Amino acid sequence: MILHVDNPVVEVHDLTVSYDRKPVLWGVDLTLPAGSLVGVIGPNGAGKSTLIKAIMDLLPASSGYVRIFDEPIKQVRNRISYVPQRESVDWDFPASVFDVVLMGRYGNLGLFNRPRKADKDAAMQALEKVGMQSFANRQISQLSGGQQQRVFLARALAQNADIYFMDEPFAGVDIATETAIIELLRTMRAQGKTVIVVHHDLQSAGEYFDWTVLLNMRLVASGPTEQVLTQELLEQTYGGKLTVLSKVGDLLRKQEFPTRERKS
Amino acid sequence: MKEFLEFFSFADANIRYVTIGSVLLASSSAVVGCFTLLRKRALVGDAVAHSVLPGVCLAFIVSGTKNPLILLFGAFVTGWLSLILIDYITSRSRIKEDTAIGLVLSVFFGIGILLLTSIQHSGNAAQSGLDKFLFGKAASLVGEDLIVFGAVAVLLLITTILFYKELKLLCFDVTFAKSIGFPVRSLELLLTTLTVFAVVVGIQAVGVVLMAAMLITPAAAARFWTERLGVMLALAAVIGAFSGISGAFVSYTAPAMPTGPWIVLIVSMVAILSFAFAPKRGWVARMLRRRHNKIQILEENLLKLFYQLGEQHEDYFSNRTLDNILTRRNIPKTQALNGLSKLKRQGYIQRHPDGWALTREGEIRGKRVVRLHRLWELYLTQYLQLASDHVHEDAETIEHIITPELEQKLMEELNYPALDPHHTKIP
Repeated sequence: MILHVDNPVVEVHDLTVSYDRKPVLWGVDLTLPAGSLVGVIGPNGAGKSTLIKAIMDLLPASSGYVRIFDEPIKQVRNRISYVPQRESVDWDFPASVFDVVLMGRYGNLGLFNRPRKADKDAAMQALEKVGMQSFANRQISQLSGGQQQRVFLARALAQNADIYFMDEPFAGVDIATETAIIELLRTMRAQGKTVIVVHHDLQSAGEYFDWTVLLNMRLVASGPTEQVLTQELLEQTYGGKLTVLSKVGDLLRKQEFPTRERKS
Repeated sequence: MKEFLEFFSFADANIRYVTIGSVLLASSSAVVGCFTLLRKRALVGDAVAHSVLPGVCLAFIVSGTKNPLILLFGAFVTGWLSLILIDYITSRSRIKEDTAIGLVLSVFFGIGILLLTSIQHSGNAAQSGLDKFLFGKAASLVGEDLIVFGAVAVLLLITTILFYKELKLLCFDVTFAKSIGFPVRSLELLLTTLTVFAVVVGIQAVGVVLMAAMLITPAAAARFWTERLGVMLALAAVIGAFSGISGAFVSYTAPAMPTGPWIVLIVSMVAILSFAFAPKRGWVARMLRRRHNKIQILEENLLKLFYQLGEQHEDYFSNRTLDNILTRRNIPKTQALNGLSKLKRQGYIQRHPDGWALTREGEIRGKRVVRLHRLWELYLTQYLQLASDHVHEDAETIEHIITPELEQKLMEELNYPALDPHHTKIP
């Protein structure tokens, strides 16, 4: 069940992504409505992170294209914000909480320019929104998992973007942080922002998101949450490994085959 | 001593030049090295350093002169080539980066030594001094060499300051940098180029064999003293500069000595001292912290014993003899006596002719430890479903580290309990 919307904020057309020639996502076609909280859900190794990274052009696509706000991604970079997985960076880096949040302003600043006073104000406001203002001067190596996640969120908020991609923001955080984050996401939605969240917990998915994307190496479903989170579609997503599909992928890698034939 | 004064009075113009040169070279490579270290590509510097040698030799063979610009150019070309090769091997084959670095380093260095030997046997009189690239000679940093290498070093420092923000983000979070539209590939290229240049100018002073130490060691030492990148860069520069001056001094007083090993030994000494004595991260600080913990545990255990005796006799302030105190728990006597006299000095207990007794403050502190112990036992049985005979050992350690805020939280979560799992009262 793949529903499409008119005037989508995100439009993905026939997207295939490979790692080392092995396709991990096959031919994804999807559109997302503006001003919604979107959950991307699927089992481990389903390609959830890969999907959002490919949409943002952080990974090269083997085929297909993506349009955001009906423009190619390069034109709208400053309207997009990305919250990577917490574990993707080394938290022992010599920086303070405030330093990291200030990085959210680097995109608007451009090269060479130093952060201005206004940027520092924006960073501080973002920290307040996640309830971490008293931690501004704390070293990032001293933060707990939940606090690290809040710092990453604050960095994204400091960007003042219109669409947010978040990779597992609820992974390994305490209940208080999870509640705080979901409250924040709802406020953002109320302001007309679109938030796309990679999520692994089916229990809370129904409650958190108004649009759900089910993924398992290919797109299983995309639509309003109450229509998508059905027994049948979930079984399709989680049940039965796609053995043939991964075998073909392995073959492509081993034989050094191109994923798509070159158009001459 | 005479030489020391002679050198550090900087009366001789030559000495001034050599010193300025060494300081510039050493500090610029230290600053660039900070970013290489944080990017977790410390070994790459080593590969570049070794790969520079064939470039220097080839440049000499082709041009027949020791013009620093030409040698620098040759060094730059092969240094760069080695990095491209490493990247190519890692991305196009199954060979991992460390193996690729090892491969490239040894092949390039082998070719370099081969060329150097053949130049030395060629009978070309102009070649004398080329071998200083192996182990470095700071004292030869004069005239044209100084101007060229000094200029490159200054340029390196300026570029890192200009791109400070970008390099910082590149080292901390590449994907995020990419997502906000930073030209990540160009920035990586920039950092690579900076590294190559840092190596190329640094080998004048230290030589190719030990150049990696100049890149990495000051940065690693500086990291121990600070949690701020800006301060780390400045510290690394100072450490680099210090070792540079020392190298120049050695080079001046003992012309037969190669400078490189000296500089590296000095910078390594600084690093070792940093590892040992830096606050928080150094091992002395860590050892002191552990010792402090041990003392705290002993003191609190003693106070706890006093309190438990008090509970037993329903009298908290009577005298207890040492044997009395140690009936419940076997603490070695000398240790216990040490702890007791310390507690006495702190005013938690009083000495009486026939033993010791708690003061009011001692009773309060002892009570708190007992309380935390029982609270934690209760927490473990309720929240972790552990059997009540399994929780004592765990509580023995936890009782010493729970903060007042955590205590408050525990009380709330346990709903202000009155009894612990063994049905003893929680004081």
